[in-house]
Amino acid sequence: MLDADFFRRWMTATAASVDREAERLTALDSAIGDADHGSNMQRGFTAVLASLEEEAPATPGAVLVLAGRRLISTVGGAAGPLYGTLLRKAGKALGDATEVSEKQLAEALRAGVDGVMALGGAAPGDKTMIDSLVPAVDALGEGFAAARSAAEQGAEATIPLLARKGRASYLGERSIGHQDPGATSSALLIAGLEEAASGASGE
Amino acid sequence: MKMLINVPETVVADGLRGMAAAHPDLTVDVENRVIVRRDAPVAGQVALISGGGSGHEPLHGGFVGPGMLSAACPGEVFTSPVPDQMARAAAAVDSGAGVLFIVKNYTGDVLNFDMAAELAEDEGIQVGKVLVNDDVAVTDSLYTAGRRGTGATLFVEKIAGAAAAEGQPLERVEAVGRQVNENARSFGVALSAVTTPAKGSPTFDLPSGELELGIGIHGEPGRERRAMMTSGEIADFAVHAILEDMPPRNPVLVLVNGMGATPLLELYGFNAEVQRVLGERGVTVARTLVGNYVTSLDMAGASVTLCQVDEELLRLWDAPVKTPALRWGM
Repeated sequence: MLDADFFRRWMTATAASVDREAERLTALDSAIGDADHGSNMQRGFTAVLASLEEEAPATPGAVLVLAGRRLISTVGGAAGPLYGTLLRKAGKALGDATEVSEKQLAEALRAGVDGVMALGGAAPGDKTMIDSLVPAVDALGEGFAAARSAAEQGAEATIPLLARKGRASYLGERSIGHQDPGATSSALLIAGLEEAASGASGE
Repeated sequence: MKMLINVPETVVADGLRGMAAAHPDLTVDVENRVIVRRDAPVAGQVALISGGGSGHEPLHGGFVGPGMLSAACPGEVFTSPVPDQMARAAAAVDSGAGVLFIVKNYTGDVLNFDMAAELAEDEGIQVGKVLVNDDVAVTDSLYTAGRRGTGATLFVEKIAGAAAAEGQPLERVEAVGRQVNENARSFGVALSAVTTPAKGSPTFDLPSGELELGIGIHGEPGRERRAMMTSGEIADFAVHAILEDMPPRNPVLVLVNGMGATPLLELYGFNAEVQRVLGERGVTVARTLVGNYVTSLDMAGASVTLCQVDEELLRLWDAPVKTPALRWGM
């Protein structure tokens, strides 16, 4: 079973990998976007960690709802509302339980991803974060490691795609050949689950 | 790339502190990133609120004042503001007559303003919205995020702002804003890429002998790259692209807008070519504005915006305005 501490470790691990990969995210974004995805995500997850420390939410659901709210109020751009909705909806789906199963987490993340698709209007294949999140959630039943590799493969699979949503869509054919920065940061988020499960504090 | 900054992290806050010092008619909340006209809320008037990523100055903060915006919410550089900013602005400027959000059509701006509208409505504030999407360079609206909001934003903010200043109700001010957007089209070109403070190097590589046609205002590359053209050739290309999309039946307002790093001398020369093409195409020009209004940091280049106006819209365009960047009649 997964408790609030697991979800805090997940956010901490994600914040650390976003920090580590910020320059790469920004470089990917400068090819087909506006060169700020890394710094925006960094600002958001730094704020998430500060809020988790300050408010110490007691349940898995509360951790994710708080994290989502902080991302919405600090990231800006499309990433803020989209990542914020992902975590908030997932958190709400977990309710008030003090511990949740991996299956419940998978279902909650599915609800979160559905919320992202409803808000942003993107479908699989549009070259967005959805292309890494959907395969990851599909693979969650086989464990966190499987979800991680599905997310990473999904992110890499955006390279030949033509962007149909977000700022990269304005490039038309010229968006082909570049990995989507949103799908890449989504893979970092999913990878954080495995790190949290490995029991390390993630610091 | 050398920049006149302290550190990239404080660029927006530093700019806001300087704006506050330069413009005592504005109240600038540096921490919460909200610029409000000092006399707000103004009784009986709809309040216009806009916002967007920083890096497009004077848009939007430079258009706050009587006859135009009541508040502006600057985000990080090229990143839309967060919902809390617009909700805070709405609470500060609403007189009870409602607020009108003016939103440039980018995924992030739309999502954050929509969330802000929910927050403001929860507080009992009436919210209207005008989406600006004037960029004809985006031809495939079905498979993209739709046309981008660029130069027409200035026309929407000025003309709807004049309607609000006359005490027109929210539905009417919103309708005027939409009418302006529906009758406005823009096309932009870049002669150089843009350098954001966070990245410190150009966001794309544009060789010296080439230009980018159909650019946005965020340093995103355009749709097509060509060998460098003359001012006259660029004017032909840009104006034809606009007229192909919108053959005007009425006189037009013309905005020849610099992207930030193109000298005013070149912009005026470019305007001469734009006016020549319009003359050749039989388009009547009602008013012309030349300058750096909707910029993209240090990008060299320009955009052309045409807005068809009837007598009423022209009257509202001519109405008094008093903001840091646009001021006449008062």
